Amino acid sequence: MLAGELGPATQLAASILCRMAPIYGATALLPVTRAHIDGVIYTGNAGLRFAEHLADLGARVAIPTTLNVGSVDRERWREIGQAPEFASSARRLGEAYLRMGAQPTFTCAPYQHGHVPAFGEQIAWSESNAVAYANSVLGARTNRYGDYLDICCAITARVPAAGLHLDENRLATCLVSLRGVPERLQLRDDFYPVLGYALGARVPGETPAIAGLSVQPGSDQLKAVAAGAASSGDVALFHLIGITPEAPTLEAAFGGSSPRRTLDLTLADLRETRDILSSATGDAVDVVAFGSPHCSLAECRRLAALTQGRRAANGVQVFITTSRAVRDLLPKNGDLADLEAFGAEVTADTCIVVAPLVKPGARVLMTNSAKYAHYGPGLLGVGSVFGSMEECVESAVRGRVVRDDGAWN
Amino acid sequence: MELTLRGTPVVPGEARGLALVAEMPLSFWGGYDPQTGEIIDQRHPLAGEMAAGRVLVIPAGRGSCSGSGVLLEAIAYQTAPAAIITSRLDPIIGLGCVLGDELHQQSPPLILVSEADWAQIAMDDDVSIAANGTVTVRKPG
Repeated sequence: MLAGELGPATQLAASILCRMAPIYGATALLPVTRAHIDGVIYTGNAGLRFAEHLADLGARVAIPTTLNVGSVDRERWREIGQAPEFASSARRLGEAYLRMGAQPTFTCAPYQHGHVPAFGEQIAWSESNAVAYANSVLGARTNRYGDYLDICCAITARVPAAGLHLDENRLATCLVSLRGVPERLQLRDDFYPVLGYALGARVPGETPAIAGLSVQPGSDQLKAVAAGAASSGDVALFHLIGITPEAPTLEAAFGGSSPRRTLDLTLADLRETRDILSSATGDAVDVVAFGSPHCSLAECRRLAALTQGRRAANGVQVFITTSRAVRDLLPKNGDLADLEAFGAEVTADTCIVVAPLVKPGARVLMTNSAKYAHYGPGLLGVGSVFGSMEECVESAVRGRVVRDDGAWN
Repeated sequence: MELTLRGTPVVPGEARGLALVAEMPLSFWGGYDPQTGEIIDQRHPLAGEMAAGRVLVIPAGRGSCSGSGVLLEAIAYQTAPAAIITSRLDPIIGLGCVLGDELHQQSPPLILVSEADWAQIAMDDDVSIAANGTVTVRKPG
């Protein structure tokens, strides 16, 4: 590959891959069977030029390759108010990856949208939440592959043989014990983004194992833990003792060794984290957003049920961001009509932190997503308020923040 | 006072600038504006600081896999830090620097130092990086 016998595109991809291998601590490469490409988020011209250069050189992905959330709704960009010039650049970026043979999934939660790696499968995934979910919840194996190395792995079907691809690096290093976190809180959906966000900030560079969960979280809740932990920190693999596949027991999670570090996570810690996620003061709300990572079909249906027959207050923008695969299912049983009657914009392919969709001048974003609450202030210039899905719907209706702090006491 | 620290050049190069130091890791995507070189993560202690041309001293990266893309954009726009010093090898930051070098033939040097050495560098120290990874730290006054 490096010598150019497979063409200039593969040669360029292989040369970047081989420079990165020692940075991952690898002396060899290993084959992968699936890739997910984060580089399709439009961050500027340099990334667009690189993707188009590769495509122009004739690059083709060598393995099934999915595309991350992109910066344009490819069908409804005009309706949702995207500027033509930005939409055009974002679309060109997507087209470059499609020319290389990637599938037009355009979602940050491919694992909930029909692309589920197998336990033990070696994959090259990017998108921080998807990396954490694939490793932790599915037991697939990937390191954090950043923009533009992801496509190099897809073209070469190789990754550095290091890190989380190898058995010995998948054991937990740090034990996090939940202390005094009542089951009634663990049964709430808004517990999981907060748990993830609290976790990520406390365990830099580690693989944490969490003990003390007394309920069995579902896919949407595990997604929220992954996204929160990969926003406040660099968590690429976490274990939930008795829940995730590589941690049936504490002993299994640590491979029989003792934790290098132990720490407690208390109700007070979680309350503090929930406050950190809420940077806005006052009770005004300008934007309410669901779907980072992209809403699953189940989440869209819950939102449709919660919003049925209701209407968001005048002036409050409501976004539900999901994949095209899910959005296309929503009209069939009337869910899309309910959501639109509520006043929600249901976008596909994109989301509010990778494309300018929020109206200028918006000051407060309320969301049930730790990831939106984390990135919104920096990328959108808004204050954030974190709440449950129900609290977000209620706040959208009233046009002011409605939250029940009682569950957190 | 002058300190000499032995660093490992992950992406080698020479640079000099004033240190911009934080103990909190930084995600370049959502944390760094490649148009201006400003740190925009509002929950980060360096929020509002201009990092372009500074020697950015952080323990590692965090967060988004798009960080490498943002760092590449910053390199292309000439708004990247003059150098980056970390105490943990972060593949996303490493990738941004490698991409700058491969695609634009320029990158801030990326230097890995021990945690003990990392802790010796303070805000606004005058920091020089040599091609072999040696970090020279001049304390003001």
